[in-house]
Amino acid sequence: MNKLLPLLTLLFSFSVMAELRATGDLGIVIEREDGNALIINTTEHKRLAKIEKLGDLSHASVVFSRDQRYAYVFGRDGGLTKIDMLKDSIDKHIIQAGNSIGGAISQDGKLIAISNYAPGGVKVFSSDTLELVADIPSEYGEGLRSKVVGLVDAPGQRFVFSLFDAGEIWMVDLKNPKAPVIKKFPNIGKQPYDALISPDGRYYIAGLFGESGMALLDLWNLDAGVKRILPDYGKDDEKLPVYKMPHLEGWAVAGDYLFAPAIGQHKVLVIDQNTWELHDTIAVAGQPVFVMARPDGRQVWVNFAFPDNNQVQIIDVKDLSLSKTLSPGKAVLHMEFTPRGEQVWVAVRDDNQLVVYDTETLQEITRLPANKPNGIFFSSRAHKIGL
Amino acid sequence: MKKSLLLMLVIPAVFANTSMASKPSQNRQITLRNMLKHDCGACHGLTLKGGLGPALLPEALTGKPDDFLISTIINGRPGTAMPPWQPFISHDEAAWLLGILRKP
Ligand code: HEC
Repeated sequence: MNKLLPLLTLLFSFSVMAELRATGDLGIVIEREDGNALIINTTEHKRLAKIEKLGDLSHASVVFSRDQRYAYVFGRDGGLTKIDMLKDSIDKHIIQAGNSIGGAISQDGKLIAISNYAPGGVKVFSSDTLELVADIPSEYGEGLRSKVVGLVDAPGQRFVFSLFDAGEIWMVDLKNPKAPVIKKFPNIGKQPYDALISPDGRYYIAGLFGESGMALLDLWNLDAGVKRILPDYGKDDEKLPVYKMPHLEGWAVAGDYLFAPAIGQHKVLVIDQNTWELHDTIAVAGQPVFVMARPDGRQVWVNFAFPDNNQVQIIDVKDLSLSKTLSPGKAVLHMEFTPRGEQVWVAVRDDNQLVVYDTETLQEITRLPANKPNGIFFSSRAHKIGL
Repeated sequence: MKKSLLLMLVIPAVFANTSMASKPSQNRQITLRNMLKHDCGACHGLTLKGGLGPALLPEALTGKPDDFLISTIINGRPGTAMPPWQPFISHDEAAWLLGILRKP
């Protein structure tokens, strides 16, 4: 016994010291005004840590390393921060541009690409060291550089993105990161504002702000080029003002249908994925910003631009009808489903809260404080193409 | 050149003189400041250094007449992503916001 005691104490203290943490059910919440990132646990509905002073996060997004240990936060001010979710600390932080909009992680997890407004282009970094690997200026016309939007990863160690000012889609192959191979698709339509890629990595679709319809690129059939879908939709209708640009994030696809925000209209478009034609439109409470499918595809959740941004509406995919309108609070900015969709977290900026709903009963489960939250990103994104 | 631009803008300016505009109530000022930061900030950046829309910092606005910018806020700019704020912001409020933009 005398001999055992120190051993027991040692064992005990060791287990206290090294509190093990798994990262598969963690997430990052962005506090836009303070420039902080909260690490949260989605199983326990807990805030675990606050990582402070990441810069201007007024339009921030996050991707995760494939081991789900690191979160990469893309700030508006061109900041790229690598957060260690095991240590609750910043591993590395760089400022890589003057003004940037989002980023993506490569298929093999080794590269981080960032889309920049100023100076316009895409920069690619090592996910390990954050050292610059490739710099791709979005040059068009005579010495002009376009703002870059809708950057996603695609199979084959590629990234695809759109040039807002130039109306082009570019695809870059980084199998050899020192010699990026760029394929450009010009004349895809005016002012692509964001884009998404299907979960299988096959279809890339850019939404157009400057004209009707969307631009579709089939990555299995690049020679066919970019095709305009819904070219006539809304052409003759009067456009309502858009107070916040919609986001195309994730592929709100359920069954044969793709759900997307109409622009300048208070509608969600239901597009048939076999024909790429409009199947239906669903009238909603305002200009949709995010149109997101629950992972099982049975529901689609929609939030709205100012001034209708206190609501969230839920579409029942079974009969393509609105099943419920929720009022989580003032300025609903983002939503994120748990990996298999039994719950959804909603960021309510002006009420300084995160609201968690049960997606089956549509009842509120809990609220957590967060200062001006504007983005919620769960680590399950690590293993999804395009997120 | 600058003078003729100014002259062109003087006519509507009769209705739009920043200094003459009445100040919004204390409460409304808080709402407007919050809007500027977050709703305008969605396109112009939280710190107004620019995003999809251009920077709205004092340097960026120098040389552009008040009425022109107030009209941009109220009526938006057709063909661009700048929407008209007239349903939510009055003329005087736009003038007050512009004052804040010029010297935050
Ligand atoms: C949906 C995006 C969007 C929102 C929201 C938005 N703006 Fe703009 N704004 C723009 C764009 C784009 C331009 C540039 C238009 C052009 O190309 O001439 C602009 C231009 C302006 C200009 C003229 C700048 C110049 O140098 O000529 C002012 C002033 C302005 N916005 C103020 C505001 C204010 C105030 C708000 C909030 C009440 C606001 N904007 C909200 C997109 C937006």
